Amino acid sequence: MSFRFGHMLGIEPLSADEIVFLLDQSKPFQEIQKHPLKKLATLRGKTVALAFFEPSTRTRISFATAASRLGADQMNLQAESSSLKKGESLLDTIRTLDAMKPDCIVIRHSSSGAPEFVTRHLPLPVINAGDGTHEHPTQALLDALTIRDRRGTLENLNITILGDILHSRVARSNIHLLTKFGCRFTLCGPPMWVPREIDCIGPPGASIRRVGKIEEALEGADAVLTLRVQQERLYEPALALDEYILQYQLTPERLRLAKPGALVLHPGPMIRGLEIDPAVADGPQSCVLDQVTNGLAVRMALLFMMIGAHADAPSEKDSSHAAD
Amino acid sequence: MHIVEKSQLMTATEIDRTVQRLAHEIVEKSGGTANLALIGIRRRGVPLAARIAQAMRGIDGVDVPVGTLDITLYRDDLSKVAAHPVLQSSDIPFSVDDKDLVVVDDVLYTGRTIRAAMNGLFDLGRPKRVRLCVLIDRGHRELPVEATFIGRTVQTSDAEIIEVRLNEIDREERVVLVERVP
Repeated sequence: MSFRFGHMLGIEPLSADEIVFLLDQSKPFQEIQKHPLKKLATLRGKTVALAFFEPSTRTRISFATAASRLGADQMNLQAESSSLKKGESLLDTIRTLDAMKPDCIVIRHSSSGAPEFVTRHLPLPVINAGDGTHEHPTQALLDALTIRDRRGTLENLNITILGDILHSRVARSNIHLLTKFGCRFTLCGPPMWVPREIDCIGPPGASIRRVGKIEEALEGADAVLTLRVQQERLYEPALALDEYILQYQLTPERLRLAKPGALVLHPGPMIRGLEIDPAVADGPQSCVLDQVTNGLAVRMALLFMMIGAHADAPSEKDSSHAAD
Repeated sequence: MHIVEKSQLMTATEIDRTVQRLAHEIVEKSGGTANLALIGIRRRGVPLAARIAQAMRGIDGVDVPVGTLDITLYRDDLSKVAAHPVLQSSDIPFSVDDKDLVVVDDVLYTGRTIRAAMNGLFDLGRPKRVRLCVLIDRGHRELPVEATFIGRTVQTSDAEIIEVRLNEIDREERVVLVERVP
């Protein structure tokens, strides 16, 4: 299929075919993680700028490792140690990075739409590594890859999301992605974290329902996505920690209400004993570590497609003739 | 620009006879099939490797392990290959360490594919020996790469293209010489 990534800003504008293509392209990179030598020279001489304006451990390490394994160099900008602290604007920071001539920018920012803003000012390919409460496309892609590997399909599954959906870009990107494949969503959490507007995400007619009781929400689920309880927000509308555990923690007993073998996903960082019982986190249904490995594969595939092959290249037909 | 067929280089029977001969040559020069393994390069090296392995079974009664290698990620001219090359999985279900490998491809041309294949193989381990088997050697090398086992050597000009068409991929079975006409 013909396919072109200018940027990767979100899942919403992608078609189901494009998503399947991306997941298929990730397969060879999953295998590379099993090789004794994991480093390729495919992106040798390219530079990936990692601009993380918000703290991140796993996503940043994952992108950095993905770039390294493809042979690319990196520029690293971290909020904590950057001149952002000194009051530099987003645009000035990004322009400074651009002046050092990277081949693409991976950006995380606490404001929704920041990566899109950057694309309007720079000629470089931009990858959104999470922006505000908008989207986290690579997380949704790695979740989809994990689900498809374990279930064999993405079509028509029942997906339950537990926790703080209001603040979660992971939930939004997952809903955008999986509703394109006819998946039905059940959202459950404290009422102030499960906004009404969430029903509007996804294509017209997408099945998204809000359920108050976790037991009801888990019934018939093929996959359960647990979100981190963002403790920094917990006390604002007066919800106590032990109350959350009592009402919404994913325990082995509750998980039994889902379909046998239902998958448990968590985008991390995971707070054991809060949103998830350790027995579930370490149980056979947990996909948490697969998610991390698949994250590398998805990000390698994305970097490979965005900066590894050039738009000015001849069509595949011509070159397959010329290739020896 | 379109492509005009100039001549037929091999018929289905000739391809089959050549594959049989190549299988015999590999077994003979390797002193048997012990420690031998074949690696087919995607795409048309894959069915050729499978056919050579089948022929070897007829000769020695032994199943020689066969793997497949996708070299897209190892090309040094990736930007010239396609705007968005479709990656396929490599599938080598055995350890290449200390193996006597024969890499199989349809056409040997610049040698760049083979260089990429060797990079790919050495990421997987350290083979004892690597040799190359091709159905057609058409010349015009850009790297110091030569094949040990060659089906047929063909003199070509730069404008000419050799198309190996195999039933498994192309639903026809012949080798043709074509030319690009502007």
